[in-house]
Amino acid sequence: MAERRTIVIDPVTRIEGHSKITLHLDEQGQVEEARFHVTQFRGFEKFCEGRPFSEMPSLMARICGICPVSHLIASAKACDELLAVKIPPTAEKLRRIFGLAQVVQSHALSLFHLSSPDLLLGMEADPTKSNLFGVLERDPALARDGIALRKFGQQIIERLGGKRIHPAWVVPGGVSNPLSQQDRDAILQTFPEALAIAVRSLSWLKGTMERFRDEIASFGNFPSLFMGMVKEDGGLTFYGGKLRITDSKGQVVADGLDPKRYFDFLDEKVEPWSYLKSAYYKPRGFPDGIYRVGPLARLNVSDRCGTPRADQELAEFHELQRSAVLSSFHYHQARLIEIVYCVERLEQLLNDPEILSTHVRASARPNELEGIGAAEAPRGTLFHHYKIDEHGLIRWANLIIATGQNNLAMNRSVLQVAQRYVHGDKITHGMLNRVEAVIRAYDPCLSCSTHAVGQMALHVQLLNREGNVLDEVKHA
Amino acid sequence: MSKKKLATVWLDGCSGCHMSFLDMDERLIELAGKVDLVYSPLVDNKQFPPDVDITLVEGAVSSEEDLHKIQAIRARTKILVSLGDCAVTANVPGMRNPFTLNSVYDRAYRETASLDPGTPDQIVPRLLPYARPVHEVVSVDVFVPGCPPSAEVIYYTVSELLEGRQPELSARTRFGA
Repeated sequence: MAERRTIVIDPVTRIEGHSKITLHLDEQGQVEEARFHVTQFRGFEKFCEGRPFSEMPSLMARICGICPVSHLIASAKACDELLAVKIPPTAEKLRRIFGLAQVVQSHALSLFHLSSPDLLLGMEADPTKSNLFGVLERDPALARDGIALRKFGQQIIERLGGKRIHPAWVVPGGVSNPLSQQDRDAILQTFPEALAIAVRSLSWLKGTMERFRDEIASFGNFPSLFMGMVKEDGGLTFYGGKLRITDSKGQVVADGLDPKRYFDFLDEKVEPWSYLKSAYYKPRGFPDGIYRVGPLARLNVSDRCGTPRADQELAEFHELQRSAVLSSFHYHQARLIEIVYCVERLEQLLNDPEILSTHVRASARPNELEGIGAAEAPRGTLFHHYKIDEHGLIRWANLIIATGQNNLAMNRSVLQVAQRYVHGDKITHGMLNRVEAVIRAYDPCLSCSTHAVGQMALHVQLLNREGNVLDEVKHA
Repeated sequence: MSKKKLATVWLDGCSGCHMSFLDMDERLIELAGKVDLVYSPLVDNKQFPPDVDITLVEGAVSSEEDLHKIQAIRARTKILVSLGDCAVTANVPGMRNPFTLNSVYDRAYRETASLDPGTPDQIVPRLLPYARPVHEVVSVDVFVPGCPPSAEVIYYTVSELLEGRQPELSARTRFGA
């Protein structure tokens, strides 16, 4: 082989949002460079300017239809800071319930609706069957479990917030309405089934691992830092806590970091070839400050989950690799363990004697001109940072989204998978689907990360340097 | 009777309308018996095929890529549905319209990033100066407002269209619903 070539995968399918991948091959047909391009941009940080801060939770929720609740929570927490109030304890617990319900539905979407075709039907499966309906044909019980688990989370959100997507229920100072006993009791009825589904899905997933030993070894299997919030006792948390950063040996690199000081330890780099910025851990610089967030990172940094069944699963998870679980393939299993935790924790919170209290909102005029809210979204740590004027109008906003914090790792993972699987001058569907599947493992949310969305047909061309088409693949 | 061809596409939106589509839950299984989902972010067979019976479009037209895509889709679709407020009015994506493109880019890529600030301009599609509703660039057959329209409304709309009837939406959904 004499020519250097570029392979373009456009778009990556079964992920949220619009992206493409380019692979650069050297003269010997070996992949020497790989890039994950995010091709969308909307500009929420600019167009919120001049609008009342009280609009922010509902407006920012529109960044994402999958995790609007995370944006509601991070935004409302930033607004709580502007009001300088302490929200009522029941309001905080209700927000926690809202957030955990969303983690369940979002993780279920990622695993069942988007990735289960690869796991059940295989990486080389017929692309016309690699979707939820193909899973339904092959294993109807698995597909129905996925639909039911997502529905479990969505129904809790609907009962609390009045609608499943973009509920306006989380507000500065708390939540707008208390939980009724009738709704609480109805939600509690749905727990036994949800836990049973989560547990049997985990055994199914663990049972498939043997088939994917090769993928596990090359799907983002490299040292990096991991970041996530932990409670004071080092336990898993989604609503709030201090940030902990650990390394690939499982050693704590930094602990007790205040998310409100994110700019002291996180920074972002712009690449001219992507609308998605790359975050890195500032003290280590670029690119050594590469870190991962989301389910895999949270389970790596947490000492425990704090609920019985999830803690059993966590102990087993830590056996997967020594010191820290490094392969991004294991995001899938981490996601299911988090679902188990969320279901168990939701049941505890709903049985809390205070949960039906009607004191759920603190009110005040704005007392501070700057506020920062952070929470663990399904995909990782989310930061909303606002500055207002004395009239309460937004003057400046900055958002740091989970997917941007995984950008360096996603790029490195694409390179690792491509170097392992893509060779020579003949492109196969299985090669390319694996390059896409590693991106799916991260469950990126590109409408979140650049605050925009798009999608187009998958069409891959293998070009030589002069731009002539050597080979071509269309998913059709 | 052969199954009808259904497609779904997202342009500049948040994916919430697609999530509302998935909120049909078990009715998705019933729907799979009536239609083939021939093109969608949820499936891999992604070359937009000819002669699609119904296409649901989420999102506004914001980039050059969105524009080319929707023109091609319109030419291959019998019934084009603007699904949700962003497709119907440009809604949230349209909130950038009063600002210049450069000021929107600068906030994200110069003012809040410290390493190598600058607007990405390689490979990524250029934004249009204004985000626009779908019907401003191609003809639209059915408008379904809502942020997002509920799963019930989507199910009703698709069912009516499959039966050859025009859905009666005014009492069922509204802007911001």
